[in-house]
Amino acid sequence: MKKDFKDSIERAVNNANLTGALGKFSEAYKVNRAKAYEGMDFEALRSVIAERKAHAASHLEQMAADFTRNAEALGAKVFQSNDPEKVKEYILKVAREHNVKTVVKSKSMASEEIHLNAYLEKNGIAVGETDLGEWIIQLAGQTPSHMVMPAIHMTKEEVSDLFSKEVDERLSTDIPRLVEVARNELRSKFLAADMGITGANLAVAETGSIVLVTNEGNARLVTTLPKVHVALVGIEKFVEKFSDVAPVLNALPRSATAQLLTSYVSIISGPSQNTDGSQKELHIILMDNRRSEMAADPKFRQALQCIRCGSCLNVCPIFRLVGGHVFGKVYTGGIGTILTAWFDELKQSEEIQGLCIQCGACTEVCPGKIDIPELIMEIRRRLVKEQGLPLIQQAIYSVVNNRRLFHGMLRAASVVGKPLTSGGFLRHLPLFLADLTDKRSLPAIAAKPFRDRFRKIKQPQCKEKAAFYAGCLIDFAYPEMGEALVKILNKAGIEVLFPDEQTCCGAPARYSGAYEVAAGNGVDNIEALLAEEVQYVVSACPTCTVALTHEFIRDFESLGQTDWLPQARNLAAKTVDFSTLVTRLVHEGRLTLQEGEQLGSITYHDSCHLKRTLHVSAQPRELLHKAGYAITEMFECDTCCGMGGSYSMKLPEISGQILQRKLHNIRKTGATMVAMDCPGCVMQIRGGFDQAGGGVQVRHTVELLAEQLHLVR
Amino acid sequence: MYEQFRCRAEAVGAEVHRFRTNDEALEFILRFLRTEGMANTPGRYAAWADGPFLNGIDKAQLAAENPGLGFEISRQLAADAKIGISEADWAVADTGSLVADQAAVEQRLVSTLPSIHVALIGTGQILADKVAVFEQINPLTSRYIAFITGPSRTADIERVLTIGVHGPKRLVIVCVDALGGIAP
Repeated sequence: MKKDFKDSIERAVNNANLTGALGKFSEAYKVNRAKAYEGMDFEALRSVIAERKAHAASHLEQMAADFTRNAEALGAKVFQSNDPEKVKEYILKVAREHNVKTVVKSKSMASEEIHLNAYLEKNGIAVGETDLGEWIIQLAGQTPSHMVMPAIHMTKEEVSDLFSKEVDERLSTDIPRLVEVARNELRSKFLAADMGITGANLAVAETGSIVLVTNEGNARLVTTLPKVHVALVGIEKFVEKFSDVAPVLNALPRSATAQLLTSYVSIISGPSQNTDGSQKELHIILMDNRRSEMAADPKFRQALQCIRCGSCLNVCPIFRLVGGHVFGKVYTGGIGTILTAWFDELKQSEEIQGLCIQCGACTEVCPGKIDIPELIMEIRRRLVKEQGLPLIQQAIYSVVNNRRLFHGMLRAASVVGKPLTSGGFLRHLPLFLADLTDKRSLPAIAAKPFRDRFRKIKQPQCKEKAAFYAGCLIDFAYPEMGEALVKILNKAGIEVLFPDEQTCCGAPARYSGAYEVAAGNGVDNIEALLAEEVQYVVSACPTCTVALTHEFIRDFESLGQTDWLPQARNLAAKTVDFSTLVTRLVHEGRLTLQEGEQLGSITYHDSCHLKRTLHVSAQPRELLHKAGYAITEMFECDTCCGMGGSYSMKLPEISGQILQRKLHNIRKTGATMVAMDCPGCVMQIRGGFDQAGGGVQVRHTVELLAEQLHLVR
Repeated sequence: MYEQFRCRAEAVGAEVHRFRTNDEALEFILRFLRTEGMANTPGRYAAWADGPFLNGIDKAQLAAENPGLGFEISRQLAADAKIGISEADWAVADTGSLVADQAAVEQRLVSTLPSIHVALIGTGQILADKVAVFEQINPLTSRYIAFITGPSRTADIERVLTIGVHGPKRLVIVCVDALGGIAP
């Protein structure tokens, strides 16, 4: 990563105003959003929206043709262009024709996208933003940091300073008073303006209508007072039918600001009356700017299902730490990364795509059902294809792809690491690696990996066999977790095999966009794990499990390596995560945890891949409860711990901050133990408590259950 | 339906009143205008946009009896008015919203520029939800459809909810049973 990008992250995470405001907002947002959706079937609603938006996106030409015909029949003038320059020229031409001196604008991200204000100003036309947040950042000479709340990064003190300069009077920091100042200042601008510019939240093809959603009432004034109205509409805003508007209006305010409905929604169909009785001049600009190219891309077309609610920003554990400006000047957050890659250029997303930790929180709330992390992975993949991997990563992956060399190095590391180790942790790393142990200690590499220890565990001869897929962390750092798993399965009458040829699941390469490397890992593992006939392939690492159940298939598909697909699917069908398998065994009566044990209070951390890809969250809780633990839920139990595999090494300054929040939420429960199902999360959280203190034990569910095995019948 | 509407509208900061007859509603509005200090000076006018409620009412006489009240809506009158009065066509119970065909510009002027918006609605025009309203409205004949839910609001400074940015600071909803159907 480039130094100035790293610097911007450093500045953001150390900006207490920013992280304070965003942190508070994101916490309240989750609660309020849930309340706003009470009594509604969000899954059903978003399925409708995704389908309707996808339909429009896959028929863009038809939508544009219908919209144009219908809007023109009502008297609007419609202009369509792929080229942002032509869009700006057209608006300037309309302005000149009507002798426009001043423009008032309501919020439009499309106008931000083409830097319209600067263009008009350069051509002698005064442009006034009227959305309070947009006006604030216009006065400050900044760009929006959030698409719904553009000035969320600013404090009332900063706003007061800006307004004081504007009205030439020392103002207090009283927020209602500041809002009143804005009302008075902007009122005269509204009344004097010759042209109003808006965006649109929706454009309805069958009626030629545009829909504007606001809270302040500025769009109503912008579309009422000036005689000329220009609506700048990105063509992803199309819906086919008028009845498609209601579902979007059901979701947009709830997802954006947790409101049932915004104060104002305006549905404008053709030009209406001006205040002097004349007919308004209404120009609707349908802006493409690579959107139709996006629609033709089988992977990225789903990004056009976005309704611009910003909920992917609001739930993102990274966004709430760094804010929008680290992402760039226009579109920010998860969806912003994708839009920047397209509307700007792929290269612009090179740095910011690396901010995504792939936790999947955004996919749970997106009203357009967009798989944002998956699309960001696709950007990574295309960047790697275009530019190749950085040299250091190439070197690492050439090692990872050679199992003997890779495992040999891990064994060597257990010896080399010794002088730095105390109590099973690496607490400080030398020089350039020091960042990695800044906020958490790393586990020492085990003196004897699981693969060696396994040979000493005598296996019962059973009809039912399971292949254990350890993954690198359990194999080389936490072999005791593997031993615990073997004990439990043996108790249930399952023989465990450990195929020696198994290797890295490919996650580090895959999540860096190196799909060829990941697919190579896939082939090695498929061969190893399917070599002998087994009923299950079981793993105690959710990231590994997801690799076996989902990612190998996707890797082969995206590379067109269809030969391996049947076996990848066969492996996927056999693979199960530890908690799901053991819960099944308990339900079948093959393992019985003795009731009546009281082991005290525990809290549970949901790992991203387990919760959001495998949809497993009740099972480990049920097992821990049956074992005798009382579960006290923590706040944001399913928010990422900041590990994200190699993420914590690439962006330790972000990873460390996310971890601190997780540690805080764990501590607040008062529980002295936290359980989880992922050795990666154990590494992160255990390492965090080792550095920060706090006396909380961090355990994998598999270990806690194995400890109660004496109770198991 | 009315109870849900009232509850949701009040939850977003609207004031809701209900009357059986037009006469009672008119009496309330005139009293309200006086209480709010309506006068025949800029900044204190009341601007009342035409609608079915005014059918059969002698507007000239009403204006003469109530100094500051105007029915001829201009940009200037609306900008100088403290109170704007208009009628809505439907209401939405589950969000507490009013829905109005505001293609006629005076409807928009009196509901955007003054700091208080008084909105009349027939109690029987309250529908269950947006979907029901969308079945009733036709954008080809209603060229400017406005959904109004509570007063104008912002949270753009430090996420603190503040009422009355560019639009009305108060929304006073007057439900009239006699004005279109009987409320269920």
